[in-house]
Amino acid sequence: MSRRLFAACVIGAAALAFGASPAAAQAPIRIGAVLSVTGPAAFLGDPEARTLRLYVDRINQAGGVLGRRLDLIIYDDGGDANRARTFATRLVEDDRIVAMVGGTTTGTSMAMIPVFEEARIPFISLAGGIEIIEPVKPFTFKTPHTDKMACEKIFEDLRKRGLTRIGLISGTGGFGASMRNQCLRVAGEFGITIAADERYGPGDTDMTPQLTRIRNAPGGVQAVVNADFGQGPAIVTRNFAQLGLGVPLYQSHGVASRSFIDLAGPAAEGVRLPAAALLVAEQLPDSDPQKRVVMEYKQLYESTQNQPVSTFGGHAFDGLMILVEAIQRAGSTDGVRIRDVIRQTRGFVGTGGVVNMSATDHMGLDLSAFRMIEIRNGTWKLLD
Amino acid sequence: MDQLLQFVFSGLTVGAVYALVALGFTLIYNASDVINFAQGEFVMLGGMVTVFAAAAGMPLPLAALLAIAVAVITGLTLHRLAIEPARGASAVTLIIITIGASILIRGLAQIVFDRQFHALPAFSGEAPIRVLGASILPQSLWVLGGAAVIVLGLWLFMERTLLGKAVRATAANRLAARLVGIDTALVLALAFGISGAIGAIAGILITPITLTSFAVGTLLALKGFAAAMLGGMGNPVGAVVGGLALGLLESLAAGFISSTYKDAVAFLVILGVLFVLPQGLFGRRAVERV
Repeated sequence: MSRRLFAACVIGAAALAFGASPAAAQAPIRIGAVLSVTGPAAFLGDPEARTLRLYVDRINQAGGVLGRRLDLIIYDDGGDANRARTFATRLVEDDRIVAMVGGTTTGTSMAMIPVFEEARIPFISLAGGIEIIEPVKPFTFKTPHTDKMACEKIFEDLRKRGLTRIGLISGTGGFGASMRNQCLRVAGEFGITIAADERYGPGDTDMTPQLTRIRNAPGGVQAVVNADFGQGPAIVTRNFAQLGLGVPLYQSHGVASRSFIDLAGPAAEGVRLPAAALLVAEQLPDSDPQKRVVMEYKQLYESTQNQPVSTFGGHAFDGLMILVEAIQRAGSTDGVRIRDVIRQTRGFVGTGGVVNMSATDHMGLDLSAFRMIEIRNGTWKLLD
Repeated sequence: MDQLLQFVFSGLTVGAVYALVALGFTLIYNASDVINFAQGEFVMLGGMVTVFAAAAGMPLPLAALLAIAVAVITGLTLHRLAIEPARGASAVTLIIITIGASILIRGLAQIVFDRQFHALPAFSGEAPIRVLGASILPQSLWVLGGAAVIVLGLWLFMERTLLGKAVRATAANRLAARLVGIDTALVLALAFGISGAIGAIAGILITPITLTSFAVGTLLALKGFAAAMLGGMGNPVGAVVGGLALGLLESLAAGFISSTYKDAVAFLVILGVLFVLPQGLFGRRAVERV
């Protein structure tokens, strides 16, 4: 009862503020999403879809945007870039959407970019690859951190500890290969020497030969960095403990989920990784600007979805909120107007970090968005 | 030296798994001329059923037995529902049926279980054993020991029991076997059942090391098939030697040449061997009488 009253008040306030008639009277604002809800990237796409549905419902209950309802249209591409592109075309031509959130993987996002660029419709991708926003495309944005930032964050931590010679071990899959390239590129800027550069295939079950090579690299190594996600890093971590290399091991944000700790077992103790603040929501100091946002998202998600929160769903939350705020501020559903306003996003506090966009930066995150985390006693421990 | 030993440990552990998968191929191939591409799915079932039964509160040994039973039943069902009704068909048709079956089993596993990776606790602790500067996990010894016991048990069964001799007779000449009163349909069902059990045991032994998910079977079937071809399709000794050789090739190539191209190196060596010995290392020379 009280909730209904609250909703009525919000609708009334919205109507007053924007001088619009009640939500029901106007055509809804259509927002599209093409996500990999099934298929190999389902562990990313599923929490994204749940998050979008959850928050669109809440926004509508509170009176919608500009006094109009939000109408969310989700298509499942199953991780297939061709299907993603077909759905993108359908969203533009048949569904006539105002803006787009989603594109779960870098592959599907890259396939959809030309469609939205041509239609001049704002597109906020939820994928990690840096090529989505570099070079900058007029209508394309993204919310997750890039693999380049992960390398920089790790190297920054290494420099703090006075470690300069490292061994790099990466998977040959898309994520691992891309992060390896970025790490090789930025290593010099941080005074890091990559003394050994080893790789392993998807589905490989034993990485002791690669780690033995790293251990015996000429000149030795002071730390090992593993770039990959999925089961590979868990096996690397176990093999690392088996060989007893005795140097710090760094993983990427690709393993920032509970299942990594479960799979790697006791070997995961002491492993460090860069990850979003959402992973350690409770440990953030109250003064942290992200504390309130990540706690609210975590509590709402976990209480309604009956599953632990993941940083991937958090990226969808950030994308939707950036878009909704932009539509509010633009006071219009014109694609070019919304794009201009998204670009002006300053100080937006999301689950991934504090976002400051510009005409040349369509992600708007800096290194402070990543937290360095260590695994201690089988759980995440915030370091800085 | 310690480096070489480390690569050998790694290669033998991985190779023992390939050998068990190859052994499963060999059994069914001998009994029916069919290469059963659902062999990797038996390994997957062994690991996944154990993980989920243990998670449901079943003690590990009991969960493992249940997993073996599930794999055996799956093997028998595969034979009864898919291979037996098509017994007049050519070997190629039967092979395609097994590929279809493997896709079906994988799809069902995805629904019955889930899409995540899972681990099992190691049977006797995680503390590695150091040998001459190299280290080996106790679980690797379980894998190697398990493989040795299976190979020995299979050899005893084949050489010392009447049923085993019936399997060998069927492999040698199916028509002649039937003429002397051997129930070849039973032998074939038996081959599928035993293959299922061997696959499941392999899956249970390796899950603490390699982790498991609904999709691990595909790659294992491919590697096991390559091992069986290298050793000579149809020869149990060849299957074991081929599996261990493939595992060693991969780890030595990763250790001494390049980890990026280790699979390519391993398969180049296999191609080279098959070029010189088209029947594999221990294969029968096929003699066609005209």
